[in-house]
Amino acid sequence: MEQTRVPPPGKRLKRVVSPVSLYPSKPLCLSDRLSLRAYIANRVTDKLTPIHDRIFCCRSGSAADTQAIADVVTYQLGFHSIELDEPPLVETAANLFRASCYRYREELTAGILVAGWDRRKGGQVYCVPIGGMLVRQPVSVGGSGSSYIYGFMDSNYKPNMTKDQCLELTAAAVSLAMERDGSSGGVVRLASISKDGVERRVILGNQLPKYSTH
Amino acid sequence: MALSNVLHAPAAGFNFDHAARNAELEGLFDAQIPKPVKTGTTIAGVVFKDGVVLGADTRATSSEIVADKMCSKIHYIAPNIYCCGAGTAADTEKTTELLSSNLTIFSLNSGRNPRVVMAVNILQEMLYRYHGQIGASLILGGVDCTGNHLYTVGPYGSVNTMPYLAMGSGDLAALGILEDGYKPDLELDKAKELVRAAIHAGVMNDLASGNNIDICVLTREGVDHIRPYQVSQYKDKRKTKYKYGAGTTAVLTEKVVPVKLEVVEETVQRMDTA
Repeated sequence: MEQTRVPPPGKRLKRVVSPVSLYPSKPLCLSDRLSLRAYIANRVTDKLTPIHDRIFCCRSGSAADTQAIADVVTYQLGFHSIELDEPPLVETAANLFRASCYRYREELTAGILVAGWDRRKGGQVYCVPIGGMLVRQPVSVGGSGSSYIYGFMDSNYKPNMTKDQCLELTAAAVSLAMERDGSSGGVVRLASISKDGVERRVILGNQLPKYSTH
Repeated sequence: MALSNVLHAPAAGFNFDHAARNAELEGLFDAQIPKPVKTGTTIAGVVFKDGVVLGADTRATSSEIVADKMCSKIHYIAPNIYCCGAGTAADTEKTTELLSSNLTIFSLNSGRNPRVVMAVNILQEMLYRYHGQIGASLILGGVDCTGNHLYTVGPYGSVNTMPYLAMGSGDLAALGILEDGYKPDLELDKAKELVRAAIHAGVMNDLASGNNIDICVLTREGVDHIRPYQVSQYKDKRKTKYKYGAGTTAVLTEKVVPVKLEVVEETVQRMDTA
């Protein structure tokens, strides 16, 4: 059955880097160059950015850098799609991200997950971490909070899960990451992309699954 | 389209035109180079039912000295768009002026009123290009055909949009008030009071913010830029006058030397005033 790719949101939370860093679903953490204080610039950031009708990207790293790259890729992909007169492939979008991230790797701090649906390969997730690598994976995590949920994802992900199972898994994973990572928090944003379109959802702080070790 | 930068598109990369001049200037100052004036500010904005309210304090600091007690931090961008600026005073001033002239040119070229999102995009492009070298943290608010908008642009070029925002050194104090008091679809008076209280919190709790509070209300009907909205109650009373009248300094001698000028060349150019 058609696998809907649920882009793991929020897993991107970046630690405070010199410019603005992103938190998954939550705030932008601004690190003042002078004082190095950690400050939440926006506690409800939307880090799931639409690149095209059925392609989204999850941004982590510097907010300024990822916003700029996403804008550039949105333009390039839109132009490409109009030229071809058909919806673009997710792999194309991922390659556009990779091209920018790799070429300017010295100047950029951007970890991006590209996810979407196209007619050729269905649901796909591509990982473009800092440095500009490109790899397609069935499931991927990113950001500063991702370190805490690699094990969770490895053990709980099974191929051919249903949409609801995927959504539940992703929400749980992000909540766990938010629990442990200081740079992550706020709300969890989910997007489910399939042939029929995009469904977006927000899980507010008080509705998150609760985990406690003590 | 590129209407905004009329004469030529900006060159890619950094602009090092002034690097040589700056190096020369460094040698001339035997004391330290004068520190840039920072606005050390509290600025805030709130979207309410009929528009947007922007607020700012009026203190500009140069390290520990208050350089300007009544500086204007709410800048005009377009008839329907105003911008509060925090960070380096010169940067916020010049960036907003540049934005304003580019948007005016756009309006004249296209016959349309500029949209807030256009102003935001232009600012983001410019500030990202300079990678944080332009120390301007701006809160843009405006009302256009698509609704009431409030955006913030950081010095590195990141953009955030929220119904209420605060920036500057007093932002945490202001944000506390905003988080507590904000509700969607506020009435005008409540919105003005909320912004005033937010700036006041910044003024009271941040050393680099102070003096008076300016408010700017933007609605579809027009703009109400109230300056000052609230005057500081801690005004100093000058003990004496520091202006010296004529005759304070005794004139000991006077010598008048007329400067002789001779006409070397005279040309007359007729102006065609037909």
